[in-house]
This record gives sequence, structure tokens and C-alpha cells, in this order.
Amino acid sequence: MTRITFDGVSHSYGDRNVLRDIRLDLSEHRIGVVGANGSGKSTLVRMINGLITPTRGTVTVDGLNVARNAREVRRQVGFIFTNPDNQIVMPTVQEDVAFTLRRRGLSREQVAERTAAALDRFGLSAHADHPAHRLSGGQKQLLALAAVLVAEPKIVVADEPTTLLDARNARRITDLLREMSQQVIVVTHQLDLLAGFDRVVVIEEGEVAFDGAPDSALDAYRELLA
Amino acid sequence: MIGLYHPGSSIVHRTPTLLKLLLLSVGVTAVGLLGQPRQLLVALGVVFVLYIVAGIPPRPAWEQIGPILWILVIVVPLQALFAGWTTAGMMAGRLVVAVAMAALFTLTTTVTAVLEGFQALLHPFRRWIDADRVGLLVALTLRCIPLVAEIVAEVLEARRARGTQGSLLALAVPVVVRSLYAADAIGEALVARGLDD
Repeated sequence: MTRITFDGVSHSYGDRNVLRDIRLDLSEHRIGVVGANGSGKSTLVRMINGLITPTRGTVTVDGLNVARNAREVRRQVGFIFTNPDNQIVMPTVQEDVAFTLRRRGLSREQVAERTAAALDRFGLSAHADHPAHRLSGGQKQLLALAAVLVAEPKIVVADEPTTLLDARNARRITDLLREMSQQVIVVTHQLDLLAGFDRVVVIEEGEVAFDGAPDSALDAYRELLA
Repeated sequence: MIGLYHPGSSIVHRTPTLLKLLLLSVGVTAVGLLGQPRQLLVALGVVFVLYIVAGIPPRPAWEQIGPILWILVIVVPLQALFAGWTTAGMMAGRLVVAVAMAALFTLTTTVTAVLEGFQALLHPFRRWIDADRVGLLVALTLRCIPLVAEIVAEVLEARRARGTQGSLLALAVPVVVRSLYAADAIGEALVARGLDD
């Protein structure tokens, strides 16, 4: 798995400090990040593909400083957002998945072949020519996953990917994330999503409050919430 | 254009986008110049045959052409009042044929094909215009129409729930604010998807 490091990372929005001196070395297959609203966990994971640059400190992915090599890092790190509506760029399902590949310099045939395979994998083939905005919430999140995974990233970061979904779709997305061969980093409030994960980091008021095995981490998180 | 594409492999579907656009422009111009009702009937027949060749079922065709008939119900009597029924009928016929031709283009052309067409058109000007960016701009514009429509629908519902139906401010402010937030989020997603590659 790829090594991701946070070395003395701090971040502030104006005079509000959201992360303080974070030091992490992540190389496990499945990593969970939990924390209360506003704890800084979304800011933390956004730094992994350079969506947010630390005010202080360094984030590296596979030895690359993200701030200096954001484009290169983004080719390795796929990002799933909470609201898939914000992630869909093209009007139809097939075109949205193909959009990721069209910017990678592949031939038309390669794009078509890989798009079809991705749609098939996520059960979206029947909707290929449908308007993306008319899909259900669960299907939209599947589309977001397909559009990210079609580019074959080494790391998938998902920021509360099941928050807007019903129980059945949340379970489906959870299973897909858990079964991925890629390194997966998931931010979530739904603690059952983290069953079977290798490591869980608890963020509280911009600092790492606990870091370790899921069971102990989730106990620590529940104590923090109590 | 927003998800109206009707999949198919007919000659109409396979015709290159720019050629289709050219034929559409010529066709609409020609229909505008037709002076005889008989000529208009022939044009209508040609468009009808093209719909059959393209394999477009009646329903999606009607969804495109139907709304124009409601406008004609109001416009035709007014036109007849000032210019007579023959002129009004010709105007209505020209409009229906032109809309039917444009709808046929929409129903048989994917957005990607339209974008590629735009990019090919802009290719000679690549020193001054980034064709990829223009294509993306068009795609995002099309994508944002249903997104903003959804925001408006949700805000209208919330306005009803709060009993502030009469207030324009209660509609405009949340729509603008939410649209700006959505634009910000889409921008972030574009970066995450490698737009700055």
C-alpha cells in the first residue's frame, strides 16, 4: 500500500485553527477517520490530494510532497465527495465516466472500452445514456465511484460517502469500499462502516485524539461524544 | 440536449456532428424562406421520414415538439388577426418544422459529440482559444441547468413549508447562495478529477 504522511500539519481558515500539528504515517489498506462535525477531518483528507494545502507542515503521498506535486498526486488519489451531485460534471452517465478518461490522452476506443467496463462493474450499464441528474441518490454515488475508479487510482479517499443515502444504498457503497483492492481512506459518522478496517484515526478539535485498531478507536470516539 | 439523446445506430445518428449542424442550419434557413404551403408540407414529410429513419419513437418526439404547439395556440390567432390565416398557418408550419429538425439533432447527438464538434470548429483558432475549456464550459452549463432547477424546486418547497410564498427575497437569496455553494463544490470536484492536468 502507498505511504501517506502528515508531518507537523496545521491548517487555519482565517484566525480559526482547524488542524494543529498533525503527525500521521498511513500505509494500511483500509483507514477510517472519525470525528465530530467541524473537528477538521474533512480538511485532513482533502490534503491527501491537494484540494487543501496545509498552512504549516508537509503532506506526502508515496514520497511526493502534495503541495508541490498536486497534479501527479491527484492521478494516484481518487476522491469521493459526500454529495455526488457536485461530482457529476457531464449530462449523461456514460459521458460522466468517460470525462475522467478523456483528459488522460487515451484513444476513443480505449475510453469506450474502459467506460463500459466501469459501468458494468457498478451495475450502471442499463443507465449509460440516461441523464445523470435523474438517477437515484444511491445510483449517483455509484456513478461517482465509477467515475473515480475508472482512472485506476492507487488510493481512494471518501468524505462521508454514505451520509445522504438510505440504509440499503449505504450498505452497498460500504461493501464496495470495503472490497476495493485500492488503499481506502473513509471519513464517516457511520461507525458500522468501519467494521473490518485496519486502522481508525479519531480527530477532535483539530488534533489526533486516538489512533489505532478500530475497536479501541471507536470506543475512544464514543467516550468523546458522551 | 440535457439527457434527451435517444440511442441508436441509424444513419442520422452516425452522421458527423458538424455535418448535422450544417444541414440543420441550411434546413432551418430554407424552411424560413418557403413561400408555398405545398413546399412546407414536403418539408414536413422529409422531417417525418428522417424521424422514422432515426428510429425515434413518437413519445420522445412529441415531448420535444409538443410544447411549441401551446405557444402556437396563442400566437396563431393573433397573427391571423393582423395578417390573415394563410400567413399565420405558414408561420406555424415553419416553426413546427424548424423545431422538429432541431429536436432531431438533439435526439440523435450526444453531448460529447457536440463538444467534440465545438472543439473541431475551434481547432483553427487554438492559438487564441482553448477548445477543451470551451467544451467543458458548454458541458458544465448543460449540467448546471437541472442542478439549479432542483435547487429552485427545493427552495420553493421550503418557502411553502415556512408560509413565505409571496416573498421574492425568500426565493432569490437561498437560490443564489445555494447555487454559489454548489458552484464551489463542483469546482473542487473538477480539480479532484484532474481538470488541472
